[in-house]
Amino acid sequence: MLGRGRAWKFGDDINTDYIIAGKYKLSITDIDELSKHAMEAIMPEFSAKVKKGDFIVAGRNFGCGSSREQAPLVLKHLGIAAIIAQSFARIFYRNAINIGLPVAECRDAADIRQGDMLEVDLQKGYVKNLTQGKIYKVKPLPSELWAILSEGGLVNYVKKYGKLPWQ
Amino acid sequence: MSKTISEKILSRASGRDVYAGDIIVASIDAAMMHDGMAQLVINAFKEMGGKNLWDAERVAVVIDHVAPSAYESFSKVHKMMREFAFKHNARFYEVGSGVCHQLMIESGLVFPGGLVVGSDSHTCTYGALGVFATGIGSTEMAAVFLSGKLWFKVPETIKVTVEGELQPMVFPKDIILKIVGTVKADGATYKAVEFGGSVIKSMNVEGRLTITNMAVEMGAKTGIIEPDSKTYAFLKALGHEEKRGFVSDEDADFCESLRFDVSDLEPQIACPHAVDNVKSVKEVEGKEINQVFIGSCTNGRLYDLRVAAEILRDRHVKKGVRVIVIPASRRVFLEALKEGLIKVFLDSGCVICNPGCGPCAGGHQGILAPGEICVSTSNRNFKARMGSSEAEIYLVSPATAAASAISGEITDPRRFLKEG
Repeated sequence: MLGRGRAWKFGDDINTDYIIAGKYKLSITDIDELSKHAMEAIMPEFSAKVKKGDFIVAGRNFGCGSSREQAPLVLKHLGIAAIIAQSFARIFYRNAINIGLPVAECRDAADIRQGDMLEVDLQKGYVKNLTQGKIYKVKPLPSELWAILSEGGLVNYVKKYGKLPWQ
Repeated sequence: MSKTISEKILSRASGRDVYAGDIIVASIDAAMMHDGMAQLVINAFKEMGGKNLWDAERVAVVIDHVAPSAYESFSKVHKMMREFAFKHNARFYEVGSGVCHQLMIESGLVFPGGLVVGSDSHTCTYGALGVFATGIGSTEMAAVFLSGKLWFKVPETIKVTVEGELQPMVFPKDIILKIVGTVKADGATYKAVEFGGSVIKSMNVEGRLTITNMAVEMGAKTGIIEPDSKTYAFLKALGHEEKRGFVSDEDADFCESLRFDVSDLEPQIACPHAVDNVKSVKEVEGKEINQVFIGSCTNGRLYDLRVAAEILRDRHVKKGVRVIVIPASRRVFLEALKEGLIKVFLDSGCVICNPGCGPCAGGHQGILAPGEICVSTSNRNFKARMGSSEAEIYLVSPATAAASAISGEITDPRRFLKEG
């Protein structure tokens, strides 16, 4: 179980420039500094107010745009426990898993409101909305990806097993 | 069983018959990383215990996003890249060589039928040459550097057929903007988009590269066009030996087929703050602008510069507007110089920057102030991408960019059509 935390609610097509703008990605290389600018253009208070264990909840196509891995990295660095969205852009989805940031597709994500208290268990495949007293199913992660995610990402996987998952 | 181009390439690269939906491990023909991601790639490579590249000849290291470096932080990244590239004998492209994607196209590393990955979402550009090319993240790039292999899900393919007769002042950029505006930002997620039809067939390779460049703006894993005599002639002119690629079987299984008749298509424009927020230029004409950018991996090739120069010739950019022209590579720059295009740009009041990404990704060379409006030939107009979150970016063809530069407001390039 990923525990309990508040939902930070975003809409559709949240692109990687919203998550971390190019002007910061292409000037700041320190992750502490970079993370302060996460979601700045669309939710300026986000990085200061987000707490460890909180969740991002979004609509369709979360993480569209560039292949920058800094996007999932800053969210992980700020303590986001998982991203729950109706759907993800493909490069972001792979990147998140490769750095050990849990991502889950949930058709009912739109039902979750800003600030709702959630309990998330990806292995059991549910999101419990404690505020609204509801429970939603999430799409199970393919086993190949779960293998990477459960080790905390691809680098940790290689460190542990001495090879890539597909070798 | 019949296959699409993508299924054929991924079958070759994985050494078995594969079809849409299959999860495969495939051998990579070439891999590229640029300075926007290099620090993460190199660190991950080291952390994974990387000692040698799987094949140094197939690895390209490019400095293009902040080139020359505008910050000490990035000077350190560039230093790290040079050390990495020289230590491992990778192909290294120094500051001023060009945009990574143009360099890959010119390099010979990219060939019809190949499987190529890059640490950049616009890696899909190479699909115009019949390549299966896709963007990946930095940790996966490190894994490719180690092993030369990567897992893929073989994508389904959407077939996009473009027919009709283009009107004057309507260009490949207008076509792809129209398609992105129709399919929308997530309409092709996880899928390959194969472009065909009479308009694509008669289009030059540079125009095709503009089309496939923007496939990712629909969420696609790649955009692809079957290689033909034009493709092979294009690569031959660059001095590369011929490698034959694949074409889709006639009865291949496409998950969706879309047809666009572009005979009545007008110049198109992607309005703030989404690439799929597409209108005809006519609808937003007259909006005052502050900056024009002509360049990028979408529209920084010789053909694009010719189109823009033709409009700017013997005219001057509007007072108060700065026009930044950036050839996509040193080769393009030299050719433009030889043709006299650079002189046209300078005479008309444009500024020429060194080949590279320019202001597109917000790194340098044209950062926008609050309230400013930029007309750009690049591929993304997200809020805050090119500077202030209170600035606006409009995406257009080089013709619309040049016409707008002269008027100082968003302008339909058909106003500059020559008489007769």
